Amino acid sequence: MDTLGGSLSMLQNPAIIRFLLQGVLFTLIISVAAVLFSIVIGTVLALMRNYCTSKTTRILKAVSVIYIEMFRNTPLLFWIFICVVFCPTPGFADRQMFGLSSVNNKLLFKAAVALILYTSGVIAEIVRGGLNSVAHGQIEAGQSQGFSMVQIMWFIVLPQTFRAIVPTLLSQVITTIKDSSFLANVAVIELMARTKQVLSAANRYNGLNSINVSDVFVLFGVAAAIYFVINFSISMTVRNMQKRRVAVKVKRPSVAAKDSQTGWACNG
Amino acid sequence: MSGLFSPRAWSKIWIYRGTFLLGLLNTLKTAVVALLIALALGIIFGLMATSNKKLLKAISRVYVEVIQNTPVLLQMCFLYYALAFSGHSPGIIVTGFLALGIYTGAYMAEVIRAGIESVPKGQFEAAESQGFGYAGQMFYIIIPQSIKVILPPMTNVIVNMIKNTSCLYIVGGADLLSLTYSFVTGENTGGSYAPAYIVCGAVFFLICFPLSSFASMWETSLKKREQRVFQNSTPKEA
Repeated sequence: MDTLGGSLSMLQNPAIIRFLLQGVLFTLIISVAAVLFSIVIGTVLALMRNYCTSKTTRILKAVSVIYIEMFRNTPLLFWIFICVVFCPTPGFADRQMFGLSSVNNKLLFKAAVALILYTSGVIAEIVRGGLNSVAHGQIEAGQSQGFSMVQIMWFIVLPQTFRAIVPTLLSQVITTIKDSSFLANVAVIELMARTKQVLSAANRYNGLNSINVSDVFVLFGVAAAIYFVINFSISMTVRNMQKRRVAVKVKRPSVAAKDSQTGWACNG
Repeated sequence: MSGLFSPRAWSKIWIYRGTFLLGLLNTLKTAVVALLIALALGIIFGLMATSNKKLLKAISRVYVEVIQNTPVLLQMCFLYYALAFSGHSPGIIVTGFLALGIYTGAYMAEVIRAGIESVPKGQFEAAESQGFGYAGQMFYIIIPQSIKVILPPMTNVIVNMIKNTSCLYIVGGADLLSLTYSFVTGENTGGSYAPAYIVCGAVFFLICFPLSSFASMWETSLKKREQRVFQNSTPKEA
């Protein structure tokens, strides 16, 4: 019981709490930024894969297929390692920002690039599911109204697509928040890495001069609780959203058949 | 891109091919054992989630939510350090397949639950009225109907699990990716970044790509069939 008291006293240390909460902030910022960038890249990839089928543009489709399959079938950590070595950093990342040293910022930038590359492959498939759920007649209707292909996509197809895939995209945010913990492997400053750092220095803070099992339980328990609260609230939102959609579908059965196409894309 | 075209770097890979084979072996070993644990947990908790007992449902719900909403890396670190600091360190690979098995088990449970729930309730009632017990009902009536719904997402879960074996890196690493990393950063072997990563990535791709494309092909054909069947009748709830 003695050691538990020591471990719990760490949580009353304001410096440690601030350190961990900053980690939470970085986790959230990295994940949300990664998802936003990935939505842009993923949409472009999905459009390329779905609609570049003519002879001249087929090369774009091939590029997109290779990109998507390459990133979906290799681990995220693999891309983090590669980016840490090969990814060039632009000038703006190479200085002191956010209270971090320039080395840390460079690492943060590289790791974030890896996360974006990886997530955009997954999101491309989600967007593609949404694109497929838009009835083909919509495109033909647009063409008959004299819209160009770009206009059809921008004004007709993409709005419907995104409405259909909002729940799946939100579940992808959960996955990305979990995936961002992989950045701990290259000592980027998000929650997971900081928890490990605190654990490795726990002997200095718990007043016992040794690291005990209770430290592991307390620190990882706190981190797990934080992750759980964030992710569970998102997943509850997703579930409510889907419930409402099912309710709408039951009222209008004709919508259901094509909406159900987007249903399965979510998994960890 | 150091040494992408240099024959020396590639020949170094060939000389140290044992490292990569060992890594692959460890990755596969972890994946297979973790898969067995995950299947066992998935079946148990999936069946619990579809039972009528409130308590069993609640237990299964808690397991799934807690595991799915926290990162696998954190679970693995937790398991590893908790066991290590309490004095019975189980070794890297054992930690790996325990943590991965428990993590993947939660996804398996969800997949199995969804599969069983996709079978209409009347089937359960019909089976019961014919005098099937619980086991017979599951084995003869429910499982054969739900297996086609279960298999594609389950394959996706397996692909993710194989990719997640790279988590082992954080607890010391004996899997393919960790060994590749220590190969390229090692004192005697270091330097040939590009060839080593290409080999490692290609191995992962060759394992995962067939599985994931099988899953998506099956999924597409299943949806097409379903649409044909349900086109004119009232659609099922998602």
